[in-house]
Amino acid sequence: MAAHLKKRVYEEFSKVVQIPHEEAPAKKLRLSKPSKSAALHVDLCKATNSTDALQYLLQFARKPVEAESVEGVVRILLEHYYKETDNSVRLKIASLLGLLSKTQGFSPDCIIDDAINTLSNEKSHQVLAQLLDTLLVIGSQLPESPAIRQRLIEMACKHLSDTYFGVRNKCLQLLGCLGMADTPLTKDNEGPGTSLVGSKDVQSIISDYFGDQDPRVRTAALKAMLQLHERGIKIHEIIYEQACRLLLDDYEQVRSAAVQMVWVLSQLYPESIVPIPSSNEEIRLVDDVFGKISHMVSDGSWMVRVQAAKTLGSMLQVSPHFLEQTLDKKLMSDLRRKRTAHERAKDLFASGEFSSGRKWADDAPKEKLDTNTVNLIASGACGAFVHGLEDEMFEVRIAAVEALCQLARSSPSFAEKCLDFLVDMFNDEIEEVRLQSIHVLREISTHITLREDQLDTVLAVLEDSSRDIREALHELICYTNVSTKECIQLALLELLKNLNKYPTDRNSVWKCLKFLGSRHPTLVLPLVPELLSTHPYFDTPEPDMDDPAYIAVLVLVFNAAKSCPTMPALFSDHTFRHYAYLRDSLSHLVPPLRLPGSGLDLVDSSCGSGSVESAQVFLQQSLNRVNTIQNLDAPGAQDLLDFTIRDLRRLGELQTELAGAADFCATYLRCQLLLMKALQDRLWSMAVPLCLKQNVTATAAAQQILEETYKLEFLYSGLESRQVATIHHVRLQAKALQLVLTARTRQGLDLLMSSCEKFLQDIESFQRLFQAELPHLQDSFVDKLLELMPRLSSCKPVEMVKILQTTLRQSGLLHLRLPEQIHRATATIIEPTGESDNPLRFTSGLVVALDIDATLEYVQDPQNTVKVQVLYPDGQGHVIHPKPGDFRKPGPYRHRLITQVYLSHTAWTEPSQVEVRLLLAYSSSSASLSSQSLASKLGWSDSTDSPSPPEAAVEGTIPFSKSVKVFIMPKPTRR
Amino acid sequence: MLDCGMHMGYNDDRRFPDFSYITQNGRLTEFLDCVIISHFHLDHCGALPYMSEMVGYDGPIYMTHPTKAICPILLEDFRKITVDKKGETNFFTSQMIKDCMKKVVPLNLHQTVQVDDELEIKAYYAGHVLGAAMVHIKVGSESVVYTGDYNMTPDRHLGAAWIDKCRPDILISESTYATTIRDSKRCRERDFLKKVHESIERGGKVLIPVFALGRAQELCILLETFWERMNLKAPIYFSTGLTEKANHYYKLFITWTNQKIRKTFVQRNMFEFKHIKAFDRSYADNPGPMVVFATPGMLHAGQSLQIFKKWAGNEKNMVIMPGYCVQGTIGHKILNGQRKLEMEGRATLDVKLQVEYMSFSAHADAKGIMQLIRMAEPRNMLLVHGEAAKMEFLKGKIEQEFSIDCYMPANGETATVTTNPSVPVDISLNLLKREMALGGPLPDPKKPRTMHGTLIMKENSLKLVPSEQALKELGLNEHQLRFTCRVPLQDPHSDTDTLHRVYTHLKSVLKGYTIQHLPDGTVMVESIVIKVSSSAEDTNSKVLLLSWSYQDEDLGSFLSTLLKKGLPSGLC
Repeated sequence: MAAHLKKRVYEEFSKVVQIPHEEAPAKKLRLSKPSKSAALHVDLCKATNSTDALQYLLQFARKPVEAESVEGVVRILLEHYYKETDNSVRLKIASLLGLLSKTQGFSPDCIIDDAINTLSNEKSHQVLAQLLDTLLVIGSQLPESPAIRQRLIEMACKHLSDTYFGVRNKCLQLLGCLGMADTPLTKDNEGPGTSLVGSKDVQSIISDYFGDQDPRVRTAALKAMLQLHERGIKIHEIIYEQACRLLLDDYEQVRSAAVQMVWVLSQLYPESIVPIPSSNEEIRLVDDVFGKISHMVSDGSWMVRVQAAKTLGSMLQVSPHFLEQTLDKKLMSDLRRKRTAHERAKDLFASGEFSSGRKWADDAPKEKLDTNTVNLIASGACGAFVHGLEDEMFEVRIAAVEALCQLARSSPSFAEKCLDFLVDMFNDEIEEVRLQSIHVLREISTHITLREDQLDTVLAVLEDSSRDIREALHELICYTNVSTKECIQLALLELLKNLNKYPTDRNSVWKCLKFLGSRHPTLVLPLVPELLSTHPYFDTPEPDMDDPAYIAVLVLVFNAAKSCPTMPALFSDHTFRHYAYLRDSLSHLVPPLRLPGSGLDLVDSSCGSGSVESAQVFLQQSLNRVNTIQNLDAPGAQDLLDFTIRDLRRLGELQTELAGAADFCATYLRCQLLLMKALQDRLWSMAVPLCLKQNVTATAAAQQILEETYKLEFLYSGLESRQVATIHHVRLQAKALQLVLTARTRQGLDLLMSSCEKFLQDIESFQRLFQAELPHLQDSFVDKLLELMPRLSSCKPVEMVKILQTTLRQSGLLHLRLPEQIHRATATIIEPTGESDNPLRFTSGLVVALDIDATLEYVQDPQNTVKVQVLYPDGQGHVIHPKPGDFRKPGPYRHRLITQVYLSHTAWTEPSQVEVRLLLAYSSSSASLSSQSLASKLGWSDSTDSPSPPEAAVEGTIPFSKSVKVFIMPKPTRR
Repeated sequence: MLDCGMHMGYNDDRRFPDFSYITQNGRLTEFLDCVIISHFHLDHCGALPYMSEMVGYDGPIYMTHPTKAICPILLEDFRKITVDKKGETNFFTSQMIKDCMKKVVPLNLHQTVQVDDELEIKAYYAGHVLGAAMVHIKVGSESVVYTGDYNMTPDRHLGAAWIDKCRPDILISESTYATTIRDSKRCRERDFLKKVHESIERGGKVLIPVFALGRAQELCILLETFWERMNLKAPIYFSTGLTEKANHYYKLFITWTNQKIRKTFVQRNMFEFKHIKAFDRSYADNPGPMVVFATPGMLHAGQSLQIFKKWAGNEKNMVIMPGYCVQGTIGHKILNGQRKLEMEGRATLDVKLQVEYMSFSAHADAKGIMQLIRMAEPRNMLLVHGEAAKMEFLKGKIEQEFSIDCYMPANGETATVTTNPSVPVDISLNLLKREMALGGPLPDPKKPRTMHGTLIMKENSLKLVPSEQALKELGLNEHQLRFTCRVPLQDPHSDTDTLHRVYTHLKSVLKGYTIQHLPDGTVMVESIVIKVSSSAEDTNSKVLLLSWSYQDEDLGSFLSTLLKKGLPSGLC
């Protein structure tokens, strides 16, 4: 009866709460929510059977709960928990407890006792596992309380002997996440048979479960141990043997985890000595692990193989002797030693003979092998990579290639050895693998010099139809060293062939030849007469200057001539002319040369290597000078800013390394200048109606500052939060200026009211975002505002505007500190070039595809931010999002966009130009390290109906490439 | 019966297996539970129609789906050559092949098939050719894995053989390449492609003699993808015939191919060649470069020989032999460098074209065999399908590395392997629960535990029951077995006092046991009864009577030795 009454009371209560919710919807969000705990209680009381209760709980889980009401909700849940007989409902409640304790701002230590209590009474294994999971969540919320930890760990130890694998799993997980190195634990099995009480530490408890009967528990034990390691606890070496035994487990997940485990040990104790079983030798632990993991590369499960191959790559301390064994594969045929194709190729090359395999039985086996020395199953590291590279799954092959790369980078001799294998991978059936191996070869190419036969194999790939492969290969050739002039000739020949077959590769081929030339000037020198087809007696016809192949040859020669002063003597007259032309038209490919006699001393007067530092100093000085601005009167200050901006812009042009920083400063100063001008206008002293004109300029200035700040924030990479704070500060000033101007011009009080409120919100969010930076912002605009904040939030709009106006005028320039590296995001559209006079014709109403090829530098996350904008002559425009697959990453900080945009329009009478340019999209909510986005992520359920973030995110785009004009001509349809 | 192949080298009765080993007369059905065919090569399935239709076998024949599809094509082709071309009689007919195929039960990979109550089989992927399988055959706890031919290195159209850790009692493996470790596949492929490419660029024609199925498809894929990658235009031809039919099946059984083909299958079936077209006799005279795959593989007859004759005179052309050639064939001659060939009718043929040799074999090499052993972890090993001397080497290696027994029986020899079968026993639930209650909470399979019970063997079944139940079932009375023991003791006290002294002594020694002093003049330790009696003549020498049941033997003998030492003097 009492329960019935209670139910009625709550029913009425919920009605009362919900009415205001309907009446005043948008006024105040907080109030409109009915109290969670009450609603939940009602629901749970209403539930007649377990299915209903489960439904209510599921619904309940979809909405977030505020920190204040969490505890109440937990009490209700627990109350229901004790009453509930159905396992699934208890399970759900247990999981809810975990979720709830994650709620931001709620400290879960008050519910820990209850959670532990429930644990001791629970009979169902599944629920028990879930409860332990909840404890894990709670425990990880409270990292600073050792007492609670100790209790949780004891709970875990107690349940470790459970018969259900899930419970043991969770216990191990708990130990892994919370266990501490030093605390000895009492492990008491509750079983009647054993009365042994021993004290053990966490690691040995966990390692006891390495031999559990259930593979899932074994995996969990290994993972728990790895978790301990991740938390910075040093794993004892004694578990090494156990871990090694698990490498031979029947279950793949165990083996996979064991591979990680032994790897961790090898990193912790690389130099300790372990015995080799069945012999009395001893080796270093890291070598032993390396051998064991190499063995796993031929495991039965491909997941383990991938894991093993990846792991190998990170074991750099291994001895070279072992490392080289991974590439070893003794061949034999009918018990006689055979040489590998690689060895044969090497010998052929050494003996100066060409080609192979023309004869039958060319690879005939040579010496007879002693049967005892042939080791069929490789003990140790033997041939691990040979296996890995020949694996069935391409994931394993890629992992092996990557591992090879990492190892080769640290060991030049190994790099030399693995070269043949990598070159072989160029012939893989999967493009990804081919591409990867080309990239890898490029990365290690500093260590190696290609032999002619190897180069031949490499160059054969130039005919590949995939553009990515060819470009990767060009990149590779840029970095390779070759040994003879024949190699240069071969490379040039193949590149020209490539150019002929795929004319779109022009730029890339030229660039490749540029590096080839500048790397091997002495090898090019003897080839010059032949390349330029000069003749000692006869004049040869002047080649066609527009021929890409001829340009390619010239690029090679000129770049070699840069460091080879004797070369220009071999040039004929027209070569000098062509040089002058190319130096102008393709200045990025043709270096300045000191040419004798012709008076074309084009060597740039650009300063030497010390110039970067001096430019840096200059930049710093200019900034320091700007700081003295406070002492100057208005016109002087403005002039100083003007000059500094001009200096900085010029500096950026001259010194490309500092372009980003210089631009950044210039833009920032420009914002300040604009602000200063706007504030110093005489309008402030005038009556409102008289200064409409000035008002307009000031409004425009404010608008411009806002735009510039967005550029500052999103166009430059490498900013620290200090700079971001400075930028936001300027933005706030601009907003204040706007507000003041609004107040002066418009009379609508409502409008003013709302914009004042908005401004206050802005200040609040600023304060939240840059809490850490506030000490640096002393005496600034914001600092003063924050002091006045209590007054501001209570006063009338008009008063507030007045305060703002004075603070704004009093506030000075904020000193800008430069971070280490600032880079401005740039984009260059390579294609279309915009030079073509032939319009792209297509039938109107249908679409035409326009190929776009652009390089992007210093763009973070281009997949989401870079867009293509197309502007039609009639002012129409649209923005196209390229597919994520259209972006490639040829190098660090560099991206390449190769995509197609589809154009369409109604018929035109004349061909006309459309503009294509790239935009950088930004959104203030996603980019900054804002706490609000953090908070919304932390909401403990994936709420779909949650309100949008309180401050609407500002989204927009910044054009960051020059626009290219394309001639198009939509023709009317013929009928 | 595992595989039912034929010998390609003979043309008489020796070409088929001698089924009289199994039975002299009558049908084979009574002696064989099933026949398992590992793959479609004739040396593994060639005698199948002969066995089932001519010798007589009606039981199930197991093979994988692709094998079932392709096997009859090869058999039919084989029959045509033997009967129609060579004119042999007493050979199986087309109808027999059809009838035989009706008895086939298809297998899927990793599908466990119950052949009868005891026998179950499971197929694993074996590489080698499309549809090749290894089989795991299991009866009770004993099992055999038969590999057929297999390949541990993946190639352009098939993956690598794979088996789980099934720990069979015996692993029967082929050992064709028992003493060979091969070079990486990639080198060979690259060489092959480079040679073809160079020749084509020179404007030459390339002839590749192949056998119709298996390697031919691999080379086709290899060339096809290379043409695709390099954007080449020269035509590739495939001489038609049975290949076309077989290619059709390759297209269908995509799931049996390697990762690459399976992945690209959604966009394009790799076996639907873009560049490879059917060959016509007249194309051989077309100008310009081309690549032709032609049968047979050793250049001894047929289309490949015709084309070879046409092209041999031009040094720009090339012939690539992708496999081994038998002595006496033209293939063998040219590979050995012979430049002038004598043809029929005294004509000679100048061989000017280039001759290349490339080995593309799809058998596991020594390393591969070892790898498979490592994967399956068998208890014994049996090598077949190889030369004795080579097998001897591998045998030694296997015994050394894995320390397991390895056998290599000759034809007709029987190898006997001792196994250690586990015998399942039914245990009564009551007994189990009782024992559970005594022991710890966790059943631990790694620690054996002793328990008391009675094993009843009755009508082929084994049961473990509590002894009371066994007695009841057998209708026997329970007999108590008691040990009694007399321990002489010198003690001056009266009998009751002595007993009390014994009681207190035991009480102090045996802690945790229930010790009672009963009013009728006995001491009970658990179920052991102790009494004191004194002889009439000497009241000081007394005799302790101990009596215990068989179950308490341990405690009883402990007590008797304890009491033999006498009572400590300090007791009152």
